[in-house]
Amino acid sequence: MIVVELIKMICRPRTWLIIGMLIALPTLVAILLSITDLGPRPGTGPPFLSAVLNDGTLFPLAALGVVLPLLLPIAVAVLGGDAIAGESQTGTLRYLLVRPVGRTHLLLAKLVTVVAFVLLAVLVVAGVSYAEGRLLLGQAPATGTVSLSGSSLTQQELSWRTALALGYVIICMLGVAAVALFFSTLTRSAIGAALGTIGVLVASTVLLGLDAAEALHPFLPTRYWLAFVDLFRDPILWRDVVRGLLVQLGYLTVFTLAAWANFGTKDIDD
Amino acid sequence: MTSAALTNGHVIRTRALTKRYGELRAVDDVNLEVGTGDVYGFLGANGSGKTTTVRMLLGLVLPTSGEAEVLGMAMPNARRRVLPHVGSLVESPAAYPHLSGRANLALLDATGSDRSRRSERRIKIGKALEQVGLDPADRRPVRTYSQGMRQRLGLAAALMRQPKLLILDEPSNGLDPQGIQEIRRLLLQLNAEGTTIFLSSHLLAEIEQMCTNVGVLRDGRLILQEQLETLLRPTGLVAVRTPDIERCTELLDAVVASVTDDRLLVRADSPGSLNAYLVGEGVRVDEIGPYRRTLEEIVLEAEARA
Repeated sequence: MIVVELIKMICRPRTWLIIGMLIALPTLVAILLSITDLGPRPGTGPPFLSAVLNDGTLFPLAALGVVLPLLLPIAVAVLGGDAIAGESQTGTLRYLLVRPVGRTHLLLAKLVTVVAFVLLAVLVVAGVSYAEGRLLLGQAPATGTVSLSGSSLTQQELSWRTALALGYVIICMLGVAAVALFFSTLTRSAIGAALGTIGVLVASTVLLGLDAAEALHPFLPTRYWLAFVDLFRDPILWRDVVRGLLVQLGYLTVFTLAAWANFGTKDIDD
Repeated sequence: MTSAALTNGHVIRTRALTKRYGELRAVDDVNLEVGTGDVYGFLGANGSGKTTTVRMLLGLVLPTSGEAEVLGMAMPNARRRVLPHVGSLVESPAAYPHLSGRANLALLDATGSDRSRRSERRIKIGKALEQVGLDPADRRPVRTYSQGMRQRLGLAAALMRQPKLLILDEPSNGLDPQGIQEIRRLLLQLNAEGTTIFLSSHLLAEIEQMCTNVGVLRDGRLILQEQLETLLRPTGLVAVRTPDIERCTELLDAVVASVTDDRLLVRADSPGSLNAYLVGEGVRVDEIGPYRRTLEEIVLEAEARA
């Protein structure tokens, strides 16, 4: 069942369209940077963007910093929102369930598929932007990459920190996927479920900008998304990364259980 | 697993099956009995609760109260063991529009735990497509299919696993008269090979032409459930059509059951001897024969009673 869902996802033109859009933005950024040589001033703008002018190997991280706040979550919301509601819309849900496929099994397969999509998207974005960084932007200094704290990192160090950052981004998106999946079991409209999820993320961002909501900040889903930047300090600043992981795991658990509870006993009468 | 189903002879049995949506009783105290080898016609107007009943039989909708047994096992609890042996068409066919009919069937087959091997699957799919009159070599996406083709694809999906029981909700939807006839022939052939068929429809003629048993649902209640043969058996009445209606009524006064404009219903054993008697008396007879009720009359009568 899981394998079938993965094949369905990979074979769907839409998947590649979304990934294409995810690549398009960092590509545009890379081209603009290489032509104008105008980076944001250090400390402003998306993370790493000021550093990539000198060191193209950091561009995958800059690219993730560019797509993470908006594009990637929207893509995950669209896919996750489509998971159950989309099947319901085409009427294929009832035929899957009488095949029979267990409802819990189906939910699990859909969640795994969204995760697989995030993995695929993140890897493709990272891979493509690495190539772009090497070709269009500066080469790595011979002394090794400079961390955000000013000390230099060896190639090996940079590699495992990058892997760690990718893993962190994937887990952040898992939280979004769980919320989308829950909305997807509530409605027959895939778009409705996606918009509901995006609404949650927008609300979270708005509240983050509001000092009056400060007590809520540590629990908001988008609060620690960019904490992966801390993995490139020397020494690594673990505090926000760990908090981010806990918050995402919380969202993942709560919304997956809610989706399961709702879908497990739901009357399928579309 | 068949032993349980075959010993009691019932493929579908429900006891006091009820589904309430708030105040509305969509299905109300329904006791269905479908025997092995039957072609059971489940009749009812749109909105009478047919589809909800079908969905409860398949475990898609959970009953508010009552029990449903399919293939001798309780639904929805035994769905894992029951459903692999049931082929179904629920309300309308559905398929992924961007894939071909063949790819859709392959995906559906691959999702089950009883999936077949790749080589086997190709043969099974080809056979199912041929059975329903679709071209197995067709690679066009389902998006381009006509409604009739979609209906056929839905049937192919139901048939692919060679189920013991077919539950088909309005299978002739969207088909042209020739298509309806083809599908009817296919279903009767499958039935002859041992498949029990549960067919829901709002078309009386369709049910009358192919079913052995009939159940009629009205406002969620089963108001009639009987063998078609029993329902349509001779009534012991003879219908006489004559222009001399008054003279005829006078002659047969004691045995006349009812009179309409130009037709008499008479209690008589033999239309032949009745005819000879009437002609001997100088009554002109346009038409005479045993009186059988149509399914439509029976259903209307049952609805009037209910």
